[in-house]
Amino acid sequence: MQTLEPVLAAHPFFKDLKPEHLQVLVGCASNVRFDAGQYVFKEGEEANTFYLVRHGTVALEMAVPARGGVTVQTINEGDVLGWSWLFPPYRWHFDARATELTRAIALDGKCLRDKCEEDHNLGYELVKRFAQIIERRLQATRLQLLDIYGHAPGR
Amino acid sequence: MLQVAEPAAAVGPMVPRLFRVRGRRRETRDTVTVDLQAVAPADESGFTPGQFNMLYVFGIGEVPISISGDPGRVDILAHTVRAVGAVTRALAAMKRGALVGVRGPFGTSWPVDEAEGSDVVIVAGGVGLAPLRPALYRLLARREKFGRIVLLYGARTPGDLLHMRELERWRSRMDLDVAVTVDAAAGNWRGSVGVVTTLIPRAPFDPASSVALVCGPEVMMRFTVRELQARGVRDDRMFLSMERNMKCGIGLCGHSQYGPFFICRDGPVFPYGQIAPFFRVREI
Repeated sequence: MQTLEPVLAAHPFFKDLKPEHLQVLVGCASNVRFDAGQYVFKEGEEANTFYLVRHGTVALEMAVPARGGVTVQTINEGDVLGWSWLFPPYRWHFDARATELTRAIALDGKCLRDKCEEDHNLGYELVKRFAQIIERRLQATRLQLLDIYGHAPGR
Repeated sequence: MLQVAEPAAAVGPMVPRLFRVRGRRRETRDTVTVDLQAVAPADESGFTPGQFNMLYVFGIGEVPISISGDPGRVDILAHTVRAVGAVTRALAAMKRGALVGVRGPFGTSWPVDEAEGSDVVIVAGGVGLAPLRPALYRLLARREKFGRIVLLYGARTPGDLLHMRELERWRSRMDLDVAVTVDAAAGNWRGSVGVVTTLIPRAPFDPASSVALVCGPEVMMRFTVRELQARGVRDDRMFLSMERNMKCGIGLCGHSQYGPFFICRDGPVFPYGQIAPFFRVREI
């Protein structure tokens, strides 16, 4: 039976990960799919999974009274979705909704947290990789906050 | 190294020619595209993508506005105007038949012809799509001469996207990759949400053989340059359209000085490598 190892190894998020660490991840991984409009998770729910999006798009939304679901970011093919599983209180802060048919690899965060406690090298590797993603998204969010198109050239 | 095209010498550059408004399309809440036609056919003039005109609203004032139309048409000059001041508000409100003074075209151009054989990645933010639109027309008119053509466009909200019908047409083409993103969206928006720079890492172009054309607010261009550099695009193959307060349009009055350059005469389109030393100087 074909395992998810080659898929995980090929994903940029796991580039150059040690084979023994990859083995651990494979044991916590499964294929999932979401139809257009289906929620991947909802704000406040327990966060025990993260996703490597293989195909499709997921919108991160915040329910705003009188405005409905406001999308604050979209996660696309090749991106990683979700880091709340890494940090207490392990609850999602946004809704995540597939905007089209989306296929992903789901990784069991609860299982991984235990593995990371047992093997701090694995834990450090994962935290380093998530920190890079968090840093990039923080920079992007700062640009969004700047409202950079507000004073566009008006020649 | 690729060079921007030199500006053509203008005849009587301080004397406006008379044009009439021939058409007007509302793009967004505060932005319209105005089509102008010369009153005297002898006053028709071509332009190259990236150039701008000084548009004079009689009795109110004059502003520099990028030409946003098809460079293949000399009979109509399109300008996309965002109503932000007295002159641009008056321009945006003009009805068909109204008279406008036009000086130009001025300034340097996007190096479209020089990009032959390369991938071309166009990064536009907000109203910055307007000066890039003629470049895209020119690229598509000679599509077979180029590698991949990628348009990455970011705006504040879906309601702030310019040239929507054209964007839809461009998106449906098989020989053009178009990605559009907005900062925030609600309701039925099915596209990307995030700043335009987030589109760069996954855009389908070969950095080693790409030419990048970038226009938008300066802060957006700073971050765009960073992302393009991270992908491996060389500084001398990135071209930016800069904006400063332009008055005469020909480098005489000094209003558009940018370090050793005058944006109106030496720009607005510069290779990034040429202006990189001044790009982060706050006092400029």
